[in-house]
Amino acid sequence: MAYSNKVRESYLETLNGLKNAGIFKMERFIHSAQAADIIVEFPTGASLKKVINICANNYLGLSSHPDVIKAAHEGLDTRGYGMSSVRFICGTQDIHKQLEKLVTEFLGTEDTILFPSCMDANAGVFEAVLTKDDVMISDRLVHASLVDGIRLCSAMHDTFKHSDMAHLESKLQLFQDKRIKMVITDGVFSMDGDTAKLDEMVTLCEKYDAMILVDESHSSGFIGKTGRGTHEKCGVMGKIDVITTTFGKALGGASGGCVSGRKELVEMCRQKARPYLFSNTIAPVVVAGVLKVLEILSATTERRDKLETNTAFWRKGLIDAGIIIKEGDTPIVPVMLFNAKLSQDFSRDLYDEGIYAIGFFFPVVPQGQARIRTQISAGHEIHHLEKALDAFKKVGKKYNILGKTKQEIIDMYGM
Amino acid sequence: MEEMKDVVLKYVIAEYVEDDSEIKYDTPLISGGIVDSFSMVSLKRFLENKYNISIPDDKATPEAFDTVNKIVTLVNEYVKK
Repeated sequence: MAYSNKVRESYLETLNGLKNAGIFKMERFIHSAQAADIIVEFPTGASLKKVINICANNYLGLSSHPDVIKAAHEGLDTRGYGMSSVRFICGTQDIHKQLEKLVTEFLGTEDTILFPSCMDANAGVFEAVLTKDDVMISDRLVHASLVDGIRLCSAMHDTFKHSDMAHLESKLQLFQDKRIKMVITDGVFSMDGDTAKLDEMVTLCEKYDAMILVDESHSSGFIGKTGRGTHEKCGVMGKIDVITTTFGKALGGASGGCVSGRKELVEMCRQKARPYLFSNTIAPVVVAGVLKVLEILSATTERRDKLETNTAFWRKGLIDAGIIIKEGDTPIVPVMLFNAKLSQDFSRDLYDEGIYAIGFFFPVVPQGQARIRTQISAGHEIHHLEKALDAFKKVGKKYNILGKTKQEIIDMYGM
Repeated sequence: MEEMKDVVLKYVIAEYVEDDSEIKYDTPLISGGIVDSFSMVSLKRFLENKYNISIPDDKATPEAFDTVNKIVTLVNEYVKK
C-alpha cells in the first residue's frame, strides 16, 4: 500500500499542527438558502438555529432572489445541466456569448471572456498576456488568487506598499526598461474594505506607459453611482486595461468569473489561458442566473442604493456604540479586536445572540490585527441591523471594549 | 562613506518594514517573513544600480538574500571582480 502509516502520520501531524496553532478551519453547515436570515447547525450535531448572516459576500441580496431563481430554472430547462466540454471543442452556447457581451457593456470595456471562477481568471490572465521581458507590480495586499496567478507567470514581479502612490511611482521608474509594465490591484480590498486609488494609479500608468489590472470581485455590482465598480467610483471607466471579477459574490453569488478589458488581451486569454482552455466554463444554469442579475442591475440602482443606506446605518451604529472599525464607505466593515482569541470568543458569543459573523486573525490578516469582518447586504432590513447592533453592544460590553482605544484593548487582551 | 551593510539595512527598512519591528544585520528577512520572496527583485535591482554590478539570477536566491550580512557577502563577491 502506497499510503503507508508513515505517510498518514505525517499528514496527521501537519493537521494537528494547524489545530494547535488555532488556525484549523471548521465549516458551519447552513440548512437554508443563502440570505439575511439563515438556518445554521453549529457546532456540528447541534440543534438548528435561525441567525442573521452578516458575513456573506451577498452584497446585493441576489443569491436567492426569486427572479434569479426563476431565470436559472428556465436556463436549466432550455440549455441543460452541463456542457461536458471545454469552450473551444463544443462547450460554448449562445448564452455564454450573450453573457460576455452583457458583462462588457456593464463594465464599460471592449470585450470579455468567462472563466469557471475569478480564481481561474486570475490564475490564467498573467501568463496569457505577459512574457519574461515584462514586469508585474502589485499592491502588497492583493487577493491570494492574484498572488497565485502572478506566481504562475514568467514575467518579473515586484510589489508596492499598500495604496502608496509614491512607492508605486518609484517602482514604475525602476522598471522603465521593461517591455510591458502591468500594475495590479484589488478595486476594494477584501479584508480592510478600503478602495484602491484608481484615479491616481491610472495617471501614473499613463505617465510611465504601464497597463493596469484591477480585481473587482468585491465591487462589481455596487461600487460607483450605477454599481459598475471602483473604476466608476474613481471616474476612470474605459481606462482600465484589464478587469477581473466574479459572479460568486454580489452578482448572484453562484460561481464563475471573467477577464474583461482590451480586445486583444481578451483574445490572448481565449487562445492561451490554461484554466479557460482546460476546464469547462460556467454551467448554463448559472449563466442564465447571471444574465438575469445583470438585467436587474441595469434596469435600476435600487439595490445598490439600499446597500449604501444600510452600510451607512451600520457604520454609524458601530461607531456610536464605541466600537473600533476600519474607516471607509464600503459594505465590508471590519470590527477591530486586535487579539486572535478575543475575535474567536466574540464571534462565538455573537452566534449565541443570533448573529453569524466570523473572526479573522493571523495569517489571514497581519499579526495583532484580529477582527470580525462584517459584510452588509441589500438583503438586510434595518431590523436585522438593529438586532445585530444590539448583539455587538451586548458582547462588546461583556468584553469591556466599548469606547476603548486600540491600546486599551491590547493592554487588556494582548496582541 | 557609509558602510555597505548600513546602506542595505537602511534600504530594507525603508522598503519592507511597515511597523516598528527592529531589523538587525542578522535578522532573517525572507525566512522570517519580512521580505516576500517576490519583492527581492527590487532589492536586487537596487544593489546592482548602487554598486554598479550584475548579480546572476541563479545567485540571487532567497538563502543568499536572507540577512543583511549575507547580502553584503554576496554583493562583495561581485564588487571585487
